[in-house]
Formats: sequence, C-alpha cells, structure tokens
Amino acid sequence: MIEVQGLNKFYGDFQVLKELDFTINKGEILGLLGPNGAGKTTTMRILTCFLQPSSGTIKVKNYNILDHPLAIKNMIGYLPESAPLYGDMLVYDYLAYVAAMRGLDGGLMVRRIAELVELCGLKEVVHKAIHELSKGYKQRVGLAHAMMGDPEILVLDEPTSGLDPNQIVEIRQLIKEIGKEKTVVFSTHILSEAEATCDRVVIINRGAIVADGATDRLVREFGGGAVVDVTLHFPDAQLVTAELRRVVGVERLEDFSEVGEGLVKMAIFGKEDEDIRSALYRVIREQGWDLLDFHRRTETLENVFAQLTREN
Amino acid sequence: MSGALTVFRKELRGFFFSPIAYIVITTFLLLSGWFFFSTFFLYNQAELRNFFSQLPIIFAFIVPAVTMRLFSEELNSGSFELLSTLPVTDSGIVMGKFLAALTFIALMLLPTIAYAFSAALLGDLDWGPVFGGYFGALLLAGAYAGIGLLASSLTKNQIVAFIVGMAICFMLTIFDRMLFFVPESVLSVFAYLGSTTHFQNISRGIIDTRDLLYFLSIMFLALYATTFVLKEKR
Repeated sequence: MIEVQGLNKFYGDFQVLKELDFTINKGEILGLLGPNGAGKTTTMRILTCFLQPSSGTIKVKNYNILDHPLAIKNMIGYLPESAPLYGDMLVYDYLAYVAAMRGLDGGLMVRRIAELVELCGLKEVVHKAIHELSKGYKQRVGLAHAMMGDPEILVLDEPTSGLDPNQIVEIRQLIKEIGKEKTVVFSTHILSEAEATCDRVVIINRGAIVADGATDRLVREFGGGAVVDVTLHFPDAQLVTAELRRVVGVERLEDFSEVGEGLVKMAIFGKEDEDIRSALYRVIREQGWDLLDFHRRTETLENVFAQLTREN
Repeated sequence: MSGALTVFRKELRGFFFSPIAYIVITTFLLLSGWFFFSTFFLYNQAELRNFFSQLPIIFAFIVPAVTMRLFSEELNSGSFELLSTLPVTDSGIVMGKFLAALTFIALMLLPTIAYAFSAALLGDLDWGPVFGGYFGALLLAGAYAGIGLLASSLTKNQIVAFIVGMAICFMLTIFDRMLFFVPESVLSVFAYLGSTTHFQNISRGIIDTRDLLYFLSIMFLALYATTFVLKEKR
C-alpha cells in the first residue's frame, strides 16, 4: 500500500530523517513509536504531502508522492498533532467545508456529516464555535475531518493526546474498528496503546528506524532470553548460588540477597530462549529449600523501547 | 478547481465572521466619503473624479488590511497543515484566497455607487468615467491584493504582513510623484512602474492595453510568487 524507500529529510543542516525504509500493508494498523523529536511527525507530514522529502521515494498504491500529490491527498485522511482547526468556525460549518473539499455535496454531504457526528460523539457541540471546545472535542473534530472523505488510509498523529481515559479507550476502539477495513498509521508515546492496537510497530530514534515488526516479535527478539526471579528462605546464599549455577541451561546468576535477612533473592538468566524453570525447580525441591517466589520475568515493550532508544 | 472554489467560499464567509472586515469597511467608507464630499461642492461639477483620484492611496492602506490574515493566520495557528493536506493544489489555495479578497473589496466598493447616484441627481453625470473608475478600481484592488497576499504568505505575524504589504503598495502609489529623483535616461521605465498614472488613465474612461497589462502582470507576478513561497515552505 505504502512504500517508503531511502527517505531523508533535512531542515537546513540538521538531518531529521535518515534513510528510512519501510512498507505499510493494506489493512494494517501501524504504530509509529519514538521519543520526542525522533522524526515521527516529520515522517507523517511527508506521507501526507505537507512536507517534501529531501531525497528518497514514497509510493502510495504506485503513485509517486512527488508526481501525484493530489491523487495521494485524495486517498489519505490526516489528523495532525493537536488538531489545528479554524477556531472561529462552527463545528458543523467546518465539517461542511471539509466535505466540500472532499468533493461531497448535497444529500451525500449531510448524510456523511451526520454519520461522523454520531461516530465521533460530536452531537452536543455541533453548533458551537471550535475555539470554545475542549481539547478532547477538538481532537474528535479533527478525527471527523480525517475520516470525512472515507479515505483508504488514515494518518493520525498522536490521536489520543489530551483525551481523558474513557475517551482514550473509545478512540482506540474506533481505530481498531476502522483498521478492519482501512490502513491506519498512527504515532503515540503510550506503549501500552501501541501494544493493544497495532498489528505492527516501527520504532524511530533520532531519525532512523531501530525496530520494525509485530510487538510480540520485538519483545521476544530484543527482550534478551528468559529470566527467572527466585526468592528462597535459606541462610546460606553462597551455597544456593553454587548449586543453581550448575543447573543445565543457566547462563549466569545475579545475586540480590541482603545479609542478615535469611532470604536469597536472585535473577537467573537462561541461555538464549531455553526454558529453565523445571530444571531449577527440581533442584530446589531436592535441596528442600523454602521457596517463597518463583516467576519468569516477562519483557515488556516498555523495556524494549527504552533499550532501543537509549543506546545511541 | 473545486478545491479553489471551496477555499473561495470559506474565505469570503470568513471575512464577515471577523470584526476586522467591518472595521475595514467602515474606515474605507468614512475616508473615501470624507475625501469625496469635502471638495465635491467646491468644484460645482457632477463627477466622481475626486473620489477616484484618492482611491490608490486609500487602497494602499485598506487592501493589505484585508489580505493580511489570509495566510499569516493559517501559518500561525498551524491550520495550514490541514489545508494543504486536503486535495487542493497550492495554486488553487492562492487563487481561492485571492478571489475572496477581491470579491470582498468589490462588496466594499458597492455602497460608494450611492456617490454616483447623488452626483447624478445634482447634475449631468457622465457615466463613462464612472464605469471606467470602478473597472480601474477592481484592477488596482487586484494588484494590491496580490501584493498583500504575498506579504501574508511570508510571515506568521499579521501585523508584519500588513506593514510589508502596505509599504509596497504605498511605494507603487507614490512612485509617479517621485520621478524627479530618477535620471532622465531611465525615466520612461520608472514612469511605467507607478500605479497611479495607470489607474488615472483607466478611470478617465480610456482603456489602454498598457494599463491593463500593468495591473494584470502585477497580479500574476504576486500570485506566482505567493505560490512559490508556499512551495518553499515544504
């Protein structure tokens, strides 16, 4: 659906995007993650033909972005960050204006506006001026703006920022709903949101892609194998360490035990992806140690994200 | 094309939702009315020459005030991002906004037709120069609106847009009276650049292609430059 190849963007001497390569498939929900200033917004602005790339090609359905911007704008609905709408217009007038821009008029326009007012929950504010609205409502008007022409592709820049928790859940559900038929690209800071909503995530750091894939795959790939946290009730930590280190599949041990507590706390790292839980438990049972806590640590997207974006 | 029309309709409506429009219209009618009627009875002639002869200098101030917000406001609030990701070309946006400003100025001129009718009541009015005057006024407004739009596309600040636009329009207006500073060898070139003489020619009822060409080329150059500025922002 969308193919990005060797995308570079310079602001003066500063390189914001460095050789981005990725594809977005039809019907996919793609999350664009990255710290502030990583280049998420710039990428989206180039995708939507607001900015021009310094070099590289973007193809949307075989239309090149430089040669056919109008065709691409027709296919893409865009919600910029913080939805900069015309404040002095009424919500209804604004939606009618966008509808006209999208080539809708007459009964078709009225029906589409009614649909979107229902879908985005704008009923109570439809006759208010946009500058009177709260941030959440503005965001919803922006969403209605993006969806007006029933575009095949939706590009949403932080769609849930500024919304209250209930609205965030609603918008997420809405994105999932839309994502069943359409291609959605959205950026977010909230990793749990990406995990819950996206089919795939692309993590950008300092203008370069550092990871690209399904969330569970990324967690497995970058999570660094299996780790088991163990807490035992036993005075001699050194003996425990020595015994457990000998278990097949254990790569190394980290001892967090505090002297005098009579507790042994440690993290045990398995080689690669090997599951060492049963082997460990067998040893503990044989030795008759009192087992207080025993669980496998699950890597989260948060950890992966932090690891990938802090390194360089 | 439909995009340009939608921009046009939205901007024209937008003028009447903002207080600036009413302030501008009132100022214009007060100024032009005062200039016209303060000398009208002294000449004892049923003509609108006085009204039209003041128009370039009034327009030099009024037209940039009409156009100043057209791009500056969008650039400042960021709504330009939404506008330019809708299916409309840059030239469509520029044309829509330009025609909206021109239409607004035409509507602003409309009440001054009352001057013509009151003159016609008092004496034998020659309608030729009146029509010529209004035709010339629209050309002049178009040229100044183009310049104002260009100034507006250059900055996020409406005040700066107004001052830059006004300075350029004002310079074009007074050019004709500054010609004694210019060496004789290039006099004819510089004489062509001032807007007042061209406007006066048309408002006397003489439609000369040179005068038409002058206004049309300013409009074209200014609008083309505006499109170029928008493109460079990407």
